[in-house]
Amino acid sequence: MLWTKKDLLGLEYLNREEIEFVLETAASFKEVSTRDIKKVPALRGKTVVNLFYEPSTRTRVSFEVAAKRLSADVINIATETSSVRKGETLIDTGKNIQALKADIIVMRHNYSGAPTLLARNVDISVINAGDGWHEHPTQALLDIFTLKEKLGTIEGLKVSIIGDISHSRVARSNIWGLTKLGAKVSVCAPKMLIPQAIERMGVTVTHDVDEALQEADAVNVLRMQFERDNQNAFPKQLEYFKNFGITEERLIKAKKNIVVMHPGPINRGIEISSAVADGKHSVILEQVTNGIAVRMAVLFLAAQANEKVDSRQ
Amino acid sequence: MREKTKILDAQTISRTLIRIAHEVLEHNRITDNLAIVGIRSRGAHLAKRLADCVKKIDGKEVPVGILDITLYRDDLTLLNYQPVVHKTEINFDITDKNIILVDDVLYTGRTIRCALSELIDFGRPKTIQLAVLVDRGHRELPIRADYVGKNIPTACNETVEVRLAESDGCDEVVIIEKDNS
Repeated sequence: MLWTKKDLLGLEYLNREEIEFVLETAASFKEVSTRDIKKVPALRGKTVVNLFYEPSTRTRVSFEVAAKRLSADVINIATETSSVRKGETLIDTGKNIQALKADIIVMRHNYSGAPTLLARNVDISVINAGDGWHEHPTQALLDIFTLKEKLGTIEGLKVSIIGDISHSRVARSNIWGLTKLGAKVSVCAPKMLIPQAIERMGVTVTHDVDEALQEADAVNVLRMQFERDNQNAFPKQLEYFKNFGITEERLIKAKKNIVVMHPGPINRGIEISSAVADGKHSVILEQVTNGIAVRMAVLFLAAQANEKVDSRQ
Repeated sequence: MREKTKILDAQTISRTLIRIAHEVLEHNRITDNLAIVGIRSRGAHLAKRLADCVKKIDGKEVPVGILDITLYRDDLTLLNYQPVVHKTEINFDITDKNIILVDDVLYTGRTIRCALSELIDFGRPKTIQLAVLVDRGHRELPIRADYVGKNIPTACNETVEVRLAESDGCDEVVIIEKDNS
């Protein structure tokens, strides 16, 4: 297959074949991080700019490590200390980065759709590293990659996503990706944290965590984003843990080899107990390792596609 | 595209590999630190076969690895097709080993240049020796093979196609003439 997409904006815009191609490419990149010299020259001479309008440690560091293992040069822009504070618009910032002859912008923004806006206004590649409540495609790709590694296939798997679905771009990207690959997805949360008409995305809804766990091959436990609770609508922490927290007691009734994922950072004792987070079902740290391979694949493919766009012009 | 001549058949390929195995053992008397690494995809099949030949002669199991050189190519930006990245599998320490690097056809030498760069990222081998089934000439880099199955002088409008049972269903090497159109 010929990869021609210069941008990765969301899994909504990829078809099954494309998602599988990224996952296969990522599988080949995983080995690079196990070498003595953890570096390949594939993106030598390319420049990757991390443009983050929202705080992030793991995603930014993961992209930075991935780019460096491909021999690209990486520049980090935290907008709090940049000209964005002086009122520069997103498009102007993007065009300036392009004028510096950078090749790829990895972008996080608190507004949904911001990376799409930027991608339409620059010729270089834009990778969405999370936009508002919309999508976080590389997180979903690494979740799916980890699941595939653990359980062999995605087709027919039952995956429960538990937590604040309303405010979660991780949930949305996972739903797009998993359903396209043939998984059966259910979401579970208190009523006020489930968006209306989410069923239209092809998922089932439950408000009972034991029911969500019952048949599941895997659960993806989302972080409770209390910082987004500006109307005091969320349940209190202890109340949430009691009703929705993933604990060893709850897992006793689940499938014996259930896989427990979490995109991090984890709130121990709120959405997941420490015993589960550190226990035998947890693949949380493997997700972090796999994130590098997935982001290497995404950067590599975007750079390749961009070269092709250049050569056509 | 026209098949011009068959240069090697199954029997000759197998005899050639046995002969190369003998030469490798003659040159590397101590097999303890010998290892064979093949370049994807057909070099990898040949590497496995060469290791079998060495085992039959010497009785020793030689570690075998596979290199995928896609990420080291110097023409990644020039390709008009999507290069597919496959896994590199070297599950042993190559430091201080005598590595026999195996490929099917030696042509410009650029693939071997990539393979050398990649191998050295895995450690510091004592030596790297190159074994190829066919050397067709037209080198663009100062690279030569230590073990050659067959030297075949070719024209630039010809390609040498190595077919192996593992990937192509039969063992043979043919010269294909490209149309000038």
